[in-house]
Amino acid sequence: MATLTSARPAPAGTAAPREPAKLVGKYVIRILLALFFAFPLLFMFVSSLKPDDQIFADLSSLKAFLPVGHISFENYSGVFKNVPAGRFLINSIFITAVTVVLGLLINSMAAFALSRMRWKGRAFVLSLVIATLVVPFETFALPLVWWVNKLPWIVVQGGIPLFSFGWLDTYRVQIIPFIANAFSIYLFYSYFQSIPTELDEAARVDGAGWFRIYRSVIMPLAGPAIATVAILTFLPAWNSYLWPLMVVQSEDLRPVMVGVSYFQQLKVLWGQIMAYSTLITIPVLAFFLVFQRAFISSIASSGVKG
Amino acid sequence: MSVVTRKTETQQSTAADGRRHLRHSTPSIRAARRREAVAGGVMATPSVLLLVLFFFVPVILGFLLAFTNARLISPTPTTFAGLDNFSRLFQDPLFWKSLRNTLYFAVVVVPLQSALALLLALLVNERMRGTNVFRTPYFVPVVTSIVVVSILWKFMYQPDGLVNNMLQSVSFNVIRGTDWLNNPGSAMPAIILMSIWQAVGFHMVIRLSGLQTISPQLYEAADLDGASRWEKFRYVTWPGLRDTRTFILVTITIAALSLFAQVNIMTNGGPLDATTTVVFQAVRVGYQQQQTAYASTISLVFFLLVFAVSLVQRYLTREKG
Repeated sequence: MATLTSARPAPAGTAAPREPAKLVGKYVIRILLALFFAFPLLFMFVSSLKPDDQIFADLSSLKAFLPVGHISFENYSGVFKNVPAGRFLINSIFITAVTVVLGLLINSMAAFALSRMRWKGRAFVLSLVIATLVVPFETFALPLVWWVNKLPWIVVQGGIPLFSFGWLDTYRVQIIPFIANAFSIYLFYSYFQSIPTELDEAARVDGAGWFRIYRSVIMPLAGPAIATVAILTFLPAWNSYLWPLMVVQSEDLRPVMVGVSYFQQLKVLWGQIMAYSTLITIPVLAFFLVFQRAFISSIASSGVKG
Repeated sequence: MSVVTRKTETQQSTAADGRRHLRHSTPSIRAARRREAVAGGVMATPSVLLLVLFFFVPVILGFLLAFTNARLISPTPTTFAGLDNFSRLFQDPLFWKSLRNTLYFAVVVVPLQSALALLLALLVNERMRGTNVFRTPYFVPVVTSIVVVSILWKFMYQPDGLVNNMLQSVSFNVIRGTDWLNNPGSAMPAIILMSIWQAVGFHMVIRLSGLQTISPQLYEAADLDGASRWEKFRYVTWPGLRDTRTFILVTITIAALSLFAQVNIMTNGGPLDATTTVVFQAVRVGYQQQQTAYASTISLVFFLLVFAVSLVQRYLTREKG
């Protein structure tokens, strides 16, 4: 108990320091760090509102971060004039929405079958799902390009179904390979494991079929898992770059991130590039700021595996 | 006979439907099991089928194509080429340079980013008024696309760009800066700084969830024992983070080895191939030059790197248990 008498003055760690100077120092460090992380995006947004010569003139002072001088949305209208930005946005919204909705559906169904039902091959499928968790997309992206170029698709021409080969340059090549996701299955699976089986047993006693239990008992209880999977599917789908760069040639089918390359070929108009970057970042940022808690806990939950 | 069956069926659907009772094998229970097996298979099929088609097949194809002369679009059929691609790989100076650049990036980013993530997590975790306000700016770069981040930093790294202007005003015109991305010596460090800036918030959040699992009573006990700030970190915080530590190291390492978008947008592999990485080279060979077979060979090396990292992870987590 001698330690009690010689207890140190400022109990650091979780408790707040008592000396005001120290407290101010702590806030200064946090504010400086916050500025370090925030200044590039602030700079991007502010620059998107200025003509190019003014962006460069303002760089040497704090005006670079302030919307002062000739502020207008001219860069934004320039973006829509020079690049089919509207088309890119619609494509990305479509691809992302379909991937998220179908992904939620089939991955949760597979997780339900793995968590609740007994069927041949269940253990095998579960081990396959877990085995795929660590393999990054980049390891098989190039063989996948070759492979999707060989895949068939049925086209109905004049009422007659015909086979066509090659998925390159389509919407489906940007959607279908990314619907099933081992990590989404794993997240749903671990969430379903935490739902007591008494609930679905009671439903079965009442004569409910398996699909009914999935739809009316389990899924309504799986809100947090649905939010997590939706966010973790939404982000890579919206931000997807490498894959569409390789498999999509037509302007009509390109998503937003590939649109960035258009500005690298034109005469470099930085104001417009900043406007386009702001435009394609705002949807994600808006979602993030509104659902911040869900976003952060989703990202954190991707850390529980391992 | 049918009466008996119906009777067992009613029994089953009223009282005996709990999973435990399924062990007794009567015809109706066997039918229920069969239905369960069919329904389970049906519900899992879409995902399993898609995973096979778009994960397992391409992974296996990657191995097979490395031993062929496959091209993305070719008039002649693909034939077996033995170890040709591998002997080409070992004699390809650009491959060795890519591998070196990739490892350079990983060796710098992994320790720096995980240490900074921990530091930020400790700052945000400290109970102070308004700490949650600071969490948001740290995390915003994580949800911003790496493509947007790359193009933005490319602009900031221009010779007359924001970074050099800021350096100049902060140092009262002493430091003039350089053409960061066009200088073989500075291009990779510039990409490293930007990559850490973008991703560190992600690992901060994972660290934070680890920190919050540590019981405050442990800190109180340490306070009673008169532990210093460092001792508390060393003996309470650090052991408490053991579970998330390996995971963080592995995800940072794999992400670092996959470096592509930053290079493709900011430097296109240059100057003088100083920023060419394994994935960047695989994409250039496989997509721009359409040499699928050689690109698969390069991807195979990348796969082995990732595999080695996950073996290390297995080893580390086993040691813990």
